[in-house]
Amino acid sequence: MAWHRKILRVNLTQGTCTAEPLNMEWAQQYLGQRGLATKYFCEEVDPKVDPLSPENKLIYATGPLTGTMASTGGRYSVVTKGALTGAIACSNSGGYFGAELRFAGWDMIIFEGRSPQPVYLHIEDDKAELLPAENFIWGKSVWDTEALIKQRHQDPLMRVSCIGKAGENGVLFAAIVNDLHRAAGRSGVGAVMGSKNLKAVAVRGTKGVGNIHDPKAFFAAVNAAKKVLHDNPVTGQGLPKYGTQVLMNVINEIGASPTRNHRDVQFEGASKISAEAMHEKRPTDGKTHLVTNQACFGCTIACGRISRIDETHFSVRTSPQYWGANGGLEYEAAWAFGNANGVDDLEALQFCNLLCNEHGIDPISMGATVGAVMELYEIGALSKEEIGFEAPFGSAEALIKLVKMTAEGEGFGKIVGLGSKRLTEKYGHPELSMSVKGQEFPAYDGRALQGMGLEYATSNRGACHLRGYMVASEVLGIPYKTDPQATEGKPELLKAFQDATAVVDSSGLCVFTTFAWGLPDIQAQIQAACEGDWSLEKLNLVGERIWNLEREFNLKAGFTAKDDTLPPRLLKEGCKTGPQKGAVSRIDIMMPKYYEVRGWDANGVPTPETRARLGL
Amino acid sequence: MLKSLYINPEKCTGCLQCEMACSYEHEGVFNISKSRIKVFDFHHEGRKVPYTCTQCAEAWCLHACPVEAIRLDADTGAKMVYDNICVGCKVCTIACPFGTINYNGDTGKVMKCDLCGGDPACANACPTGAITYVDANWTGLDKMRMWAHKTDTQPRA
Repeated sequence: MAWHRKILRVNLTQGTCTAEPLNMEWAQQYLGQRGLATKYFCEEVDPKVDPLSPENKLIYATGPLTGTMASTGGRYSVVTKGALTGAIACSNSGGYFGAELRFAGWDMIIFEGRSPQPVYLHIEDDKAELLPAENFIWGKSVWDTEALIKQRHQDPLMRVSCIGKAGENGVLFAAIVNDLHRAAGRSGVGAVMGSKNLKAVAVRGTKGVGNIHDPKAFFAAVNAAKKVLHDNPVTGQGLPKYGTQVLMNVINEIGASPTRNHRDVQFEGASKISAEAMHEKRPTDGKTHLVTNQACFGCTIACGRISRIDETHFSVRTSPQYWGANGGLEYEAAWAFGNANGVDDLEALQFCNLLCNEHGIDPISMGATVGAVMELYEIGALSKEEIGFEAPFGSAEALIKLVKMTAEGEGFGKIVGLGSKRLTEKYGHPELSMSVKGQEFPAYDGRALQGMGLEYATSNRGACHLRGYMVASEVLGIPYKTDPQATEGKPELLKAFQDATAVVDSSGLCVFTTFAWGLPDIQAQIQAACEGDWSLEKLNLVGERIWNLEREFNLKAGFTAKDDTLPPRLLKEGCKTGPQKGAVSRIDIMMPKYYEVRGWDANGVPTPETRARLGL
Repeated sequence: MLKSLYINPEKCTGCLQCEMACSYEHEGVFNISKSRIKVFDFHHEGRKVPYTCTQCAEAWCLHACPVEAIRLDADTGAKMVYDNICVGCKVCTIACPFGTINYNGDTGKVMKCDLCGGDPACANACPTGAITYVDANWTGLDKMRMWAHKTDTQPRA
């Protein structure tokens, strides 16, 4: 049965914590985590609510495999209406927190209302209580919050998920961070948490996860799947050694690396900030930037980076708190601070990464918004006086200042904290926001990779690479290679990717496993762990159902087919260099076909037949 | 051949597969709070270190036990806690210099590594070879081989 069948409802307005049985009918339709939380959310929240109002809710959700021995089975998701986007938000995080929540006996936490004073939720197995955060952790960094909570409760084994100053200060792309540097990063879930005066969730669980439906079959499936990860060159060798940063040079060479706010598609400094560079000895201290790799809970891939910043770098020379080994650059953060701004100073990028972890900020939207600032500055739409200093592309100093100001909510940082869409609108150039549905692009160019362009335009949470990672096919050849510029067949493939990803995100597993695992590898583990029918056919249907449920939420929230698009730059300005030179996005060709394979009408609305087929 | 758990922290990624395997083997649940092996995270040094009982030859815990609930398993060399004898006095937890025998509040007994009867679940589950089960008299063999390999005394051609 895998699920604990128990959820915690926390009414922040009234200060109450109540246990409820999990709706098992919905669990059979939506599995867990992303799917099941979205179902609860859509049933309980008006899609038109202001994301920062008490009427919005915030759901922490685990999957049925979270806290089991299934490789990577430690994930949890935060579902809410996104502060940055106004669309459905679902941000997924690893680390150890999700498993701990399951060990305490809970499948999900639903936060509703708004606390009159800052609070944090303390869970010890069945016991859940709201405790005051004022004069304790409110106003503190993510790192200090975790340390202070462990100290107060005298429990070093506790796991903490919290917001930093950014979430408190209303930075619209604030993240929720657990285990110091693992984050439910995107769409501003941290801003929603802050608006509820909820600082942290601290959990200690000693009950464990024991209700595996068929233990023998489960261990057989888990061990077979672990072997697949081990034997695969990407998950067995590439990711542990180089992390996701292995992509920096690959994506740059193929001409799909958005650079300087998408003006360019190749960055001349890419090799200086790549995975390979992280392995090289620095001339200053003779040490490598990378210290080691690290796993999240249960993960046998271990792609995480642990880095040590150069103590002599200008950013940290007088700040020893940053000197130790700490969460290092993943590909997205390295790109967002590096390529997106034309900055090739590895240590500066790592410092920005540390600031994001320390203060709870999504590094993708942070870096990409700085990219918009720098372009506005270069075209003269933003002056040195307004920003407070010069901010040309390539300036590591300006980048660091802007990240610091955003975290602290100081001066011009308050405007940066609104994200690139609102910022560029304010300065009269909305076309320079490299975003979809208000959320900034990650590290792949939607012109150079046609499938990724379509993926961004149709992603339910705004621009995101993790809803249907077409890079796998268009660059890496997984499960088969497609031409990056081909449009034919992409809508069909994207739908399959999107639906399968929704299943992975609902199971408790990490989407990175799909470099090696196909849905059958995952299916075998779910089927063994959970009661009921979890055939491939059913899982495909569950994935499609989740996708359509999210879509319907967005339509009710006010989004239309017009929002399924890309910024004009990607539709009109061709790639300047590289193998994809001259390419613009052809979502105009692909979108009608995509709607068709989705079973949506010309306005992008699921037809009655589709709704009936999916049981919506 | 007597075998022993051998831990190489350099290979540990902190995935906790060992803790889960241990708890499932002994308790029938995935529950790291009931694991007999613990992985410690020295975060700012970038080090993870799995740590468990080394099965001392002259075991302090065994000698300290007033009711002889801790006994040698001659086949594996493990010092075993017999739950039906243990009275939960915790004297062994004080006697152990390494902290690797601990009280389990749910059962009222102490718990420690028992080498799973000679087939340790933690070693089987470890994906990186940070925990292995090797000849107890030659736990240093791999390290010796590594250093031997680095030894270069041959004349160069």
